[in-house]
Amino acid sequence: MNPESLAQLSNMAIYSSMLTLAMAMVAFAASFANGQRRSALVVAQESTMSAGGTAVLTKQKSKPTEEPGRRAANIGLSLTWLAFILLLAGVVLRGIWAGRAPWGNMYEFSITAALGILGVYLFMNLRVDLRWLGLFIVIPVLLTLGMAVTVLYTEAAQLVPALKSYWLVIHVLAAIICSGAFTLAAATAGLSLIRDRAERKLPPGTSPTGPLSSRIPDAERLRTITNRVLAFAFPLWTFAVVAGAIWAENAWGRYWGWDPKETWAFITWVVYAAYLHARSTAGWRKNKASWIALAGWVVFLINYFGVNFLASSLHSYAGVSS
Amino acid sequence: MSALPPISNSGLLRWAWRQLTSMKTALILLFLLALASIPGSLLPQRGIDPIKVRAYITENPTWGPILDRLGFFDGYSSPWFSAVYLLLFVSLIGCVLPRVGVHYRAMRSAPPRAPRMLQRMAGTRSLEVTGSTDEVLLTAQASLRAARWRVVTGPQEDPSWVAAEKGYLRETGNLIFHLSLLVVLVSIAVGGLFGWKGNVIVREGSGFSNTLTQYDAWGGGRFVNAENLAPFSFTLDKFTADFERGTVQRGAPRAFEAEVSFRPDPSAAVQHALIEVNEPLVIDGAKVFLVGHGYAPRIKVTDKTGAVVFDDAVPFLPQDGNFTSTGVVKIPDSTPALGIQGLFLPTAALDAVRGPHSIFPSPDDPALFMSAWKGDLGLDSGTPQSVYRLVTDKMEQIGLEQLKPGESWTLPDGSGTVRFEGYERWASFQIAADPGKEFALFAAAAAILGLMMSLFIRRRRVWVKVLERDGVTVVQLAGIMRTSTFEDDDIGVLAEDLDLVEHALAAAGLVRAEAPPEEES
Ligand code: HEM
Repeated sequence: MNPESLAQLSNMAIYSSMLTLAMAMVAFAASFANGQRRSALVVAQESTMSAGGTAVLTKQKSKPTEEPGRRAANIGLSLTWLAFILLLAGVVLRGIWAGRAPWGNMYEFSITAALGILGVYLFMNLRVDLRWLGLFIVIPVLLTLGMAVTVLYTEAAQLVPALKSYWLVIHVLAAIICSGAFTLAAATAGLSLIRDRAERKLPPGTSPTGPLSSRIPDAERLRTITNRVLAFAFPLWTFAVVAGAIWAENAWGRYWGWDPKETWAFITWVVYAAYLHARSTAGWRKNKASWIALAGWVVFLINYFGVNFLASSLHSYAGVSS
Repeated sequence: MSALPPISNSGLLRWAWRQLTSMKTALILLFLLALASIPGSLLPQRGIDPIKVRAYITENPTWGPILDRLGFFDGYSSPWFSAVYLLLFVSLIGCVLPRVGVHYRAMRSAPPRAPRMLQRMAGTRSLEVTGSTDEVLLTAQASLRAARWRVVTGPQEDPSWVAAEKGYLRETGNLIFHLSLLVVLVSIAVGGLFGWKGNVIVREGSGFSNTLTQYDAWGGGRFVNAENLAPFSFTLDKFTADFERGTVQRGAPRAFEAEVSFRPDPSAAVQHALIEVNEPLVIDGAKVFLVGHGYAPRIKVTDKTGAVVFDDAVPFLPQDGNFTSTGVVKIPDSTPALGIQGLFLPTAALDAVRGPHSIFPSPDDPALFMSAWKGDLGLDSGTPQSVYRLVTDKMEQIGLEQLKPGESWTLPDGSGTVRFEGYERWASFQIAADPGKEFALFAAAAAILGLMMSLFIRRRRVWVKVLERDGVTVVQLAGIMRTSTFEDDDIGVLAEDLDLVEHALAAAGLVRAEAPPEEES
């Protein structure tokens, strides 16, 4: 197959993925609009939680599900899987076209990061029912992809020598998975703050009725999910930073030089370390910890976008200026 | 945390220490560390680009000097940054060291005896068993031991019990993680004190030997013996550079390769190696990195008597991605003394706006633009001069010219002839030794391992109690989670732990039936 058609196929797969995601977004939004006051899937979720056993889980699954909200959420989830597969195809084709790992410039980082967010979400969803979160995942993914195909699009080219390193492949792969996890955790942390506010206005034992807060799990559960995702992401991020340092040592002769990109990776690390500390500090483990999780995500985004565009950095390989 | 500080001095000290080593202080210091890292990423830094710092201070005459005084241009070695991380690490030592002792004792002490009310615990189970109490307890004990639980057995009376605990490695991991951070910090300090690095430009065909005088720039830690560097040497045999010729990212670098021959010491045999970006050459603990390259136009100057006063290739410094390069030739030995400012263009282009510049980094159409000067070069004034700058204060311009390789220029005032013979390539190397980096890497790996232990291992207890009731022997199983990161899975994990014992009892044929849950006597 000639390179031109590979390129076209990759782009087509990515556009189809975006289209599918747009439909998934509509489906997830519809599940909110049509959902029962507390959508059944959340209730099912919580009863699974408190009963703990897998037996309960299977019982729930076999229950007939008639609520329109739930059906729409299922459609949304299936479409998200389809979008993931299409995006995976787009990224892989891009890699074949370029003849290397598909993360040599900002466009490629962005499509791979979008894949990372979807991947982490779908993977987590296999273990914990997260259909209610779909809308809040699909929207940032669509934004990322939209920005990638419009502002950041770059034809595939080879890598500059500094990027030719298998440590880079490892480093970026880890960072991309983290980008998915951080985004997911930011979504659940943000929702936990909203839900917490709704809960505090009500007498204990009653559930909020707001359009959003009635359809997401309770705040404590949201915080638990945030914690779980970040406990997975933090060691991986530590590893990503270390892999980056090894690469820098190989390329420039120093493993740490306070280059802006390195600095912001470090700040991200410190903020998420603060999150984990907050989770075991009295008086901090609830909303304050959730705010820290959101702050970590903002810092991560600054590193991802801000530094590539603004700062003069050894890491300026964004490839968008030319 | 809220209590007022005590009055007495020793009490005050103890109070201050407790505050410093508290979790909340650690949290606040972590935030301060994040904050203190920001300015260095926004302002130019001396350690990275001193020229930019100077330019910044000149452009901001009010704020520049103030920021400079406050250490903002050396952000990561400034007093405020150091204060934050040192406080953080003192706090960490103060918190972690006592915990090492506590944890050591906890690991050696027995799990506590079974509480009276096992029924109150979530997920508790009761089983009717056959067989003696001893048999049941021994089976339960064996199954837990096999699964690497720490187990103790209670006294042989009614009720008899087994208590077991697991997951001590969680705290071990946490301590390893925090202590490894200290080791990383110490390794960085070791690298700073015992490490060194230098930069040198080497022309194709020329050599370098590792002594201080050969470096263009060199910096070393306090404890480096700069007079006695490892006596290796190398010659740059060939340098190749490839650039993108397609339309996408045209001119972007694609491959750099430096072929070198080297000797670890003057008496050793010559070896050959290829140095590439990301693939440094390691000699005697030092690493030789390829960090840049450029062109060195070969220039030959004859004075008016016809004597050759200069004949050498002069490294020019690239100014942009297409290797528009600038350099200077100083010839104090001719009369009058001559100076040439040059602009080397590997692929020359001329336009009204940008003047002469290069449009591609490879030497497709090289040209040398020159401005010749005569007069006092200022070399005798005593102040050191850069070899890349001509001080023209006491000089007079003779003329301008543009040459292709092989062309000559007779200076208009008759003071001589300049010939552009051609060009060579040069490569710049960073040579660095950091004796701390292996420790840093090792500590970082230990930190990640410790972190994963600390986050993923659950510390939990299980009790097995045997009671005689109305002639029936009943076993009660219960467990609690002590520390865990994933609250939502805890119940399932405890259930599996109890399954382990229950299955062992069943496999031994000891279980008769599931006993109805009932209140404890
Ligand atoms: C300054 C003094 C410090 C103190 C007093 C301290 C104390 C603690 C304590 C008590 C825990 C255990 C929490 C638990 O059991 O869940 C913990 C966990 C943790 N600490 Fe620190 N720490 C300090 C510094 C740091 C630093 C500098 C970092 C790195 C940036 C860090 C990163 C972490 C992480 C990631 C965890 C989570 C691991 C876990 O939950 O077990 N700590 N810290």
